[in-house]
Amino acid sequence: MKIKQNESKPLFAAETAVNLRLFVFVLLSIVAMTMDHRYQHLDAVRNTLATLIFPVQYAIQLPFEAAQRLSRSLASHATLLEENERLRQKQVFINAQIQKLAALEAENRRLRMLLESSMNIKERVLIAELMKVDFDPYRHRILLNKGTFHGVHEGQPLLDQQGIIGQIIHASTFTATAILITDPNHALPVQVNRNGLRTLAVGTGNFQELVLPHIPNNDDIQVGDLLVTSGLGGRFPRGYPVATVTRVEFDPGRPFARITAQPVTELDRKREMLLIVGEPTSNHPSLAADVGIP
Amino acid sequence: MILPHQQGGWIILASFAVAFALNSLPLPEWADRFRPDWLALALIYWSMALPHRVGIGSAWVIGLISDAARGTLLGQHALALAVVTFMSLKTHRMIRVFPLWQQAISVLMFLVIKQLLVFWINGIIGYPPQDPWYLTPAIGGMVFWPWVFVILRDLRRRFRVA
Repeated sequence: MKIKQNESKPLFAAETAVNLRLFVFVLLSIVAMTMDHRYQHLDAVRNTLATLIFPVQYAIQLPFEAAQRLSRSLASHATLLEENERLRQKQVFINAQIQKLAALEAENRRLRMLLESSMNIKERVLIAELMKVDFDPYRHRILLNKGTFHGVHEGQPLLDQQGIIGQIIHASTFTATAILITDPNHALPVQVNRNGLRTLAVGTGNFQELVLPHIPNNDDIQVGDLLVTSGLGGRFPRGYPVATVTRVEFDPGRPFARITAQPVTELDRKREMLLIVGEPTSNHPSLAADVGIP
Repeated sequence: MILPHQQGGWIILASFAVAFALNSLPLPEWADRFRPDWLALALIYWSMALPHRVGIGSAWVIGLISDAARGTLLGQHALALAVVTFMSLKTHRMIRVFPLWQQAISVLMFLVIKQLLVFWINGIIGYPPQDPWYLTPAIGGMVFWPWVFVILRDLRRRFRVA
């Protein structure tokens, strides 16, 4: 009997300790989540943790990189020559287009000088690669292999050779997290390339779809219209392609039309991306930083 | 930290490191839907086998690291893993002696509660789940539990982790 008592007493004490501990840690979690969601106080913690796990994440993607390098080194001479030829032709073609663009750019600048408005057309870019690490699949976020060490900062726009991909929402020392334009909590100021109609493109949680919820029924928008960034909001530079309109439904019973668009770039298949370095140009500083992160 | 009668702490740490790597290994989408939370499985095992060494505090810290790695709200997985470990600690005397298939069913229930917690918080901050696929990782966890249990038990016995 005595032995039993001796055994059961510490056990009972441990039980209450477990309950108390759960209570404390649940409370701590709630405080941490609230602070992380509403304020920016925990950025330092997140940064430290992200730097701590960087070696593991790097180790995970090493075999994938090695396999890629191996397949590249095993590519035959003939294939390489063929690819080289194709790329050279493409470069000639692109160079020819750029010549035309240079003339247009100069003309555009002259006209803008006449209108007394300034716009910087050339931006410096930084190339970042996607880290092959799985994130929460229910949020459209990606991890990049460049961080504050390389000059990445929060709010930096991310794009590829076809169009806008997203923006940086958190930069730690060696990695950065970006939110894609299709994340349900992301909105992006755009305009219709054909007539300059301005609106917002909001993410849906589907990689193939954006919605334009604020266009009245009588506005001029058609299927196939290209949407480009409008530069309002100050986050994204102006004039980069975002999406093409895929569906337009005018319902007289609703105040706004139902419009969806498909991003011009395949957001879930990209590996190399460009980050625009330096302050984005905007003619509307008062509208700066009003969109993007919730 | 490691007292003379507590040995093999590095085995526990290594198992968590492997679980972490398995969690962030890129997988095709169909496999990703069934990928269990390996960290939760490891936590359930260790808190069941060695409740005096792995507890709610360890679970919370591991959850916080997991949050940073997944890009979720800091504290989201920490809360869920703390609750899972709590349930495992509360029932460990009973579940420890269950046959493997009954253990797997208990693990399924723990993991379903974990998924519900994580997605409840996601819903609050504006990411409501779009399909019922968010519960399938729990099924993956149930399927893999017997293997996890056998492997970790053998490791524990071989290296005399106590």
